[in-house]
Amino acid sequence: MTTATTAAVGAVGLGKVFEGTGRQRIEALQDIDLAIAPGEFVSLIGPSGCGKSTLLRLIGDLITPSSGSLVVNGKTPHQARLDRDYGMVFQQATLLEWRSVRRNVELPLELIELSKAERAARAEAMLDLVDLAEFADHQPWQLSGGMQQRVAIARALAFDPALLLMDEPFGALDEMTRERMQQEVLRIWSRTGKTVVFVTHSIPEAVFLSSRVMVMSARPGRISQVIEVGLGARRDDDTREDQRFYEAITEVREALRHRQGAVGGEPVREATS
Amino acid sequence: MATTPRPSTQRLWPRRGSLGGVAAVVGTLVILVVLWEGYKVLGKAAGGLVPFTEMRLRPPPDDRSMPHVWDIVSAMFEPARRRGEPLFTVLGSAALFTLREAFAGFVVGGLGGFGLGVWFVRSRLAERALLPYVVASQTVPILAIAPMVVIWGGRAGLPQWTAVAIIAAYLTFYPVTINTLRGLRSPAATATELMRSYAATDRQRLWKLQVPAALPYIFTALKISAAASVVGAIVGELPTGASDGLGRALLSYSQQFTAAPERLYATVVFCGLAGITFVAAVSLLERRLVNPGARQRIEAEAPGLMVAGAQA
Repeated sequence: MTTATTAAVGAVGLGKVFEGTGRQRIEALQDIDLAIAPGEFVSLIGPSGCGKSTLLRLIGDLITPSSGSLVVNGKTPHQARLDRDYGMVFQQATLLEWRSVRRNVELPLELIELSKAERAARAEAMLDLVDLAEFADHQPWQLSGGMQQRVAIARALAFDPALLLMDEPFGALDEMTRERMQQEVLRIWSRTGKTVVFVTHSIPEAVFLSSRVMVMSARPGRISQVIEVGLGARRDDDTREDQRFYEAITEVREALRHRQGAVGGEPVREATS
Repeated sequence: MATTPRPSTQRLWPRRGSLGGVAAVVGTLVILVVLWEGYKVLGKAAGGLVPFTEMRLRPPPDDRSMPHVWDIVSAMFEPARRRGEPLFTVLGSAALFTLREAFAGFVVGGLGGFGLGVWFVRSRLAERALLPYVVASQTVPILAIAPMVVIWGGRAGLPQWTAVAIIAAYLTFYPVTINTLRGLRSPAATATELMRSYAATDRQRLWKLQVPAALPYIFTALKISAAASVVGAIVGELPTGASDGLGRALLSYSQQFTAAPERLYATVVFCGLAGITFVAAVSLLERRLVNPGARQRIEAEAPGLMVAGAQA
């Protein structure tokens, strides 16, 4: 069992309150305990407003917790960020439009003042990893949405960060592209051994990708249930027709429904958002 | 990927249809000439009165108020003084003189405007404290400020053209400040978060993300400023008693207006040409430095923002 201190991500009693103007006060997260082992692939799923993105942003030190403790690779999230332990991918690829694909991937490497040759080699390797080496000199707008998102993944991996934090990265893609991207992420995950925290709306996506699915409920955001996905490490298109895949989906769905009955939150859509 | 396009060898950025552009500009010129001469012909036929009234046409359609286009053109090739150089070389060198002043002011004003924009985006306090004054500065007529600048400059022993350049800079910096500020704030929130996740320093964020994102905005302002700096230089020459320049030419030929109106009109044409030349030069630089994809996006966001100088 991974404890909070040896974990890649460990949280105890973590909470986040957003102080709005006047009397508005939103308790986004309450009493989060979690331990994510190094090399694990964990999904956060739940209805809108359950705080799953907030949790991801806390882990990535984009915002700071209001209460509780959070440890990333034995450090504070702030230190982990300064050590460049994070690779982040958002729903929008957010490529810089004035840079070619290659130079987008090189951007984080420029910040640590890597030599030109090292940058080029590293960017080449990352673009190779996401299978876009031949598009290195294209401009971002010349690529499809899925390809742009793969460039964003290559860029996130450029530092060789220990953690990959993904916030609904495929939410804006069509279903076909989405399934291919899921395959791609699994391939990259198995090749790089990164710890991945993945926020999604989609139950099949969470189940297909994850070793564990953390089901969250809203108002205040909590982790209501953690489901182990017993699909093994090797997953491909056949996995999607596996009986155990359906069982895990049912389990996650029931966990979401159960919480809804109790809390009365909004319905969770099953596939894409 | 299911639909992976092959890398193509086609041109990344399509070039503008330049031939069509030239035809449109020439066509407009022809129409303006026809309107000018048509007004004269019809006005004279109506006896210089607004039809069916006793009101005089303003401007009067006679040759003294509105010389023929060909008279204005031919005046450019006649000597400006007895046995002197032809008018167009006189005006050409005056335009160069003014453009030099305008350029000096443009550089100072452009850098100053950019610096203010950067300062404001990094310090809310500076923005709150100073931005209202920046805006207010532009409501003071340049004609009110010009004589003071000239007097102070003279007392400080500065050459006359520097006073004119300062006035040009005064008109230049404002659009640059406003658009720099807007451009530096234009990156998406996720892009800023991305830089944060890279543990980028403020300076890195500024130069790698904000300034490149602001470039299309800044160039829009620079095109406006290029024209404004020429206006500023011409206006600045009026009260300075400048020995050369388009402002000086405007003054002396307006005194000769009754005798030789074509000369004043020719000077006005050169003033326009000077401004267009400057704006066109900035546009060329823009095309080299600014990614057309970014320009198009901004044009789509705020139609008309990029119009100034877009045809140059």
